[in-house]
Amino acid sequence: VTPVPPDPHVHETLTRLWSRPPGLWGWLSAVNHRAIGIRYVVTAFVFMLLAGVLALVMRLQLARPDLGVVGPAAFNQVFTLHGTTMMFLFAVPMLEGIGIYLVPLMIGTRDMAFPRLNAFGYWVYLFAGLALWGSFFAGSAPDAGWFNYPPFAGPAYSPGPNIDFYVTMITFIEVAALVAAVELIVTVFKQRAPGMSLGRMPIFVWAQLVMSFMIVFAMPPLMLVSVELMLDRVIGAHFFNPAAGGNPILWQHLFWIFGHPDVYIILIPALGIVSMIVPTAARVPLAGYVLVAMSIVAIGFLSFGLWVHHMYATGLALMGLNFFAAVGMVVTLPSAVQIFAWLATIWRGTLRITTAFLYVLGFLVLLVLGGITGVMLSSPAFDWQAHDSYFVVAHFHYILVGGAVLPIFAALYFWFPKMTGRLLSERLGRWNFWLTFIGVHVTFFPLHFVGLRGMVRRVYTYLPGLGFDTMNLVATIGAFLMGAGVLLLAVNIVWSLRRGEVAGPNPWGASTLEWAAASPPDQYNFAAIPTVRSRDPLWEQEHLGLVDGGPGSSYLTLDPESPRREVVVTTVLDAAPDHIAMLPGPTTWPLWAAIGAATAFLGSMVHLLLVPVGALIFLVSVIGWLWPKDDSPP
Amino acid sequence: MRRLAPAVTLAAGLGGCAGVQSALDPAGPGAARIGELAAFFTVVTLAASAVVIALVLYAVARARRRAHPETLPLRDDAFILLGGFAGPAVILISFQVLSALTSAEVSRPPAEPALTVEVTGHQFWWEVRYPAFGITTANEIHIPAGVPVEVRVTASDVIHSFWVPRLHGKIDMTPGKTAVWWVQADAPGRFRGQCAEFCGLQHSLMAFWVFAEPPDAFEAWVAARRRGRPAGDDPRVERGRTVFFEAGCAHCHAVRGVNEPRFTGAVGPDLTHLASRRTLAAATVDNNRATLTAFILEPHALKPGVRMPPTRLDSARLDALVAFLESLR
Repeated sequence: VTPVPPDPHVHETLTRLWSRPPGLWGWLSAVNHRAIGIRYVVTAFVFMLLAGVLALVMRLQLARPDLGVVGPAAFNQVFTLHGTTMMFLFAVPMLEGIGIYLVPLMIGTRDMAFPRLNAFGYWVYLFAGLALWGSFFAGSAPDAGWFNYPPFAGPAYSPGPNIDFYVTMITFIEVAALVAAVELIVTVFKQRAPGMSLGRMPIFVWAQLVMSFMIVFAMPPLMLVSVELMLDRVIGAHFFNPAAGGNPILWQHLFWIFGHPDVYIILIPALGIVSMIVPTAARVPLAGYVLVAMSIVAIGFLSFGLWVHHMYATGLALMGLNFFAAVGMVVTLPSAVQIFAWLATIWRGTLRITTAFLYVLGFLVLLVLGGITGVMLSSPAFDWQAHDSYFVVAHFHYILVGGAVLPIFAALYFWFPKMTGRLLSERLGRWNFWLTFIGVHVTFFPLHFVGLRGMVRRVYTYLPGLGFDTMNLVATIGAFLMGAGVLLLAVNIVWSLRRGEVAGPNPWGASTLEWAAASPPDQYNFAAIPTVRSRDPLWEQEHLGLVDGGPGSSYLTLDPESPRREVVVTTVLDAAPDHIAMLPGPTTWPLWAAIGAATAFLGSMVHLLLVPVGALIFLVSVIGWLWPKDDSPP
Repeated sequence: MRRLAPAVTLAAGLGGCAGVQSALDPAGPGAARIGELAAFFTVVTLAASAVVIALVLYAVARARRRAHPETLPLRDDAFILLGGFAGPAVILISFQVLSALTSAEVSRPPAEPALTVEVTGHQFWWEVRYPAFGITTANEIHIPAGVPVEVRVTASDVIHSFWVPRLHGKIDMTPGKTAVWWVQADAPGRFRGQCAEFCGLQHSLMAFWVFAEPPDAFEAWVAARRRGRPAGDDPRVERGRTVFFEAGCAHCHAVRGVNEPRFTGAVGPDLTHLASRRTLAAATVDNNRATLTAFILEPHALKPGVRMPPTRLDSARLDALVAFLESLR
């Protein structure tokens, strides 16, 4: 089908209805999912660039033995902030942001279920990120590694404010992650276009759904454990103090019950991205749709049984370790199933190689290589040698760069035209891809061997003559290649925003609903809500019902007397139309609520009185936020 | 940047193909068994990934040249389950069985250990005790070659991890908890170990050496350690002994027969036989007069963040102190 623009009068009314007020105040009051999604993506991208610069600083320091680019105290902050930023401020928010932007478009609705909550989540994320980086520029960033083990991170051995920033920010930022997850779950379950049963959802939406559920279950243990450490630090509790009967191993269990699923929280939406790009490039429907969806759900469950992988060397009983090892082997299978589903899709298709698809190919190579070292590391015996060495650093960078960064770049190339109306330059894209892809290997491949030769993680320097020198130098060169690749992507984005080729609604000939909306989408996404009868509606349906009164059917009509922000609510399994819901409009109250929450959280480090002050601002803001407007339905 | 000769004179000449700290060059049964497992894993997984990547590239090359979609020779789901489930499952089951067997084998020593060494991790050095002989030393572990040695590890402050890659995998040293591990060196030699758990500012330079010796040499070493400080009549050494107290060294460091057993704290390494140790500052530099002097005066120049404070001494008193420390053979 080719999308048909709506009647100009309808377009005008709907645009007015769904727009935010103009000016800075209007910008601050935006609650629309596309605005919030793009803010997440842009902010996360900036944090990725910043954390990338930290990586280059580390690689410079480690290029030769015994260098003095940065001292040990600064180095510890640099690697801690690199990991913390990449995990908490880049990967998860970036993938949630892409989801917040795309999911409503893919399922054919006009906005997410709780638009104001969405805005609140973004502001919380932004403030947490700014505070964390503020601590770095103030010279007291967290410095105990991203997993922050006590007792080293406890009050006795890290008395400064550094770790206070860590525990406060981690707890705070999880609020944003949880808000986005709840929002995505409700939207996916209740706002799919009529006819889009669970079995017709795009795989990316499946992935976002599973990711969101994982966030809901994985983040609370982390919040719990960081609050426990906060209590140890602030009021002298002894959760992790062995001298007073506490147990440092408790932190490791609770942290990794969050931390291992977190890797899959990042990987799963990336797998979803790949499952959208591969069928589009091959121009055939995804092979094994049900197997792929089931695999994603299976990974979601299995990933909660892997946390002891990070604790094999703590001296736990071997019998227990073997169970976790077995789960580690099993969790490989659903990933392998997906790889073969993509392979089957490509095998059948007629392929057009775009930069997005090149990134997918790069992702496949890295995922396979990172996956096999992952299988090796899930063996206790092998892990006893490789644990906490550079082998592990090499492994998880293959998984995270391969499994998350490359698919995120692929997603940028693929959906940039939808977000901006213009295509990214494919020519720059090739350079951008090859530099990044080669850079990743040159950086991380040698580090496997450095690790097995005995180089441990988190060292600011190493002595000459231990067999580490040459390969560290190679890794540093690779890091700069990678940096150049990422820089080219930034250049491409800036250039294409102004000069890029105009895309049109469906530049790749893709099959899912977001490509039926304009590029960039109108304020209201869809003038009429489409009816879905297929997994690939744009390929297989003659009519989508995108125009009011046209063939197909539409469930939303415009009341010219009192237009409201309406969405269709459908049933969870079959997406049968159920009722019409009214969504709230733009407001700055979520911003004020986030300011209140930030005052309470951040203020707790400065003066405890700021906690009630922040709570009061929060309370007033929430009242304002929920205050009924005159035109709201009774 | 380090103005002192690094501790690599020890490393030089003992080379090996990969290095003194390399798990790729096993020198004991623990590391050897794990190395065999790793080699098997590597060969099988590299072969499997080569097949997968080749299939993908082959499919891409074919699909590029085609004008119309094709079907697979078998049903999509059958293809996916065969390649993505059945194939990997066979490999993974074999991995799991081998992994469990190897892990069980290397988690215990091959024979009843004849000797127990207690190693305690401190920021940023290693306290080493031989309870059977009443010996305390630091940053150097001597063991008899060819027999398993039990290693009981713990930590006094934060979590450290005990790792000698050429001999065996690592075991965490957690405060409040003692973990039991073992090492065995097949032949006499020197093996470098390093702290593997991030423990603070000098995690990077928290290393140690294991010396595996023939049984008679090991017994001689034990006998020499059990003797106290040799008697001497060098007046400079006697002056140095006084400086050891006056300069505050004795608050943290024990020298048996001088301030021990009255003082038994282990804030810093036991110095009873300091002069016989090969390295200083947790295997950071060779132990000689220059490094010793420099470390006493400005420990932070060598190891920023080390717990030892700088010492102010005029040259006469410094000479005496160094002479005293050098007499501790």
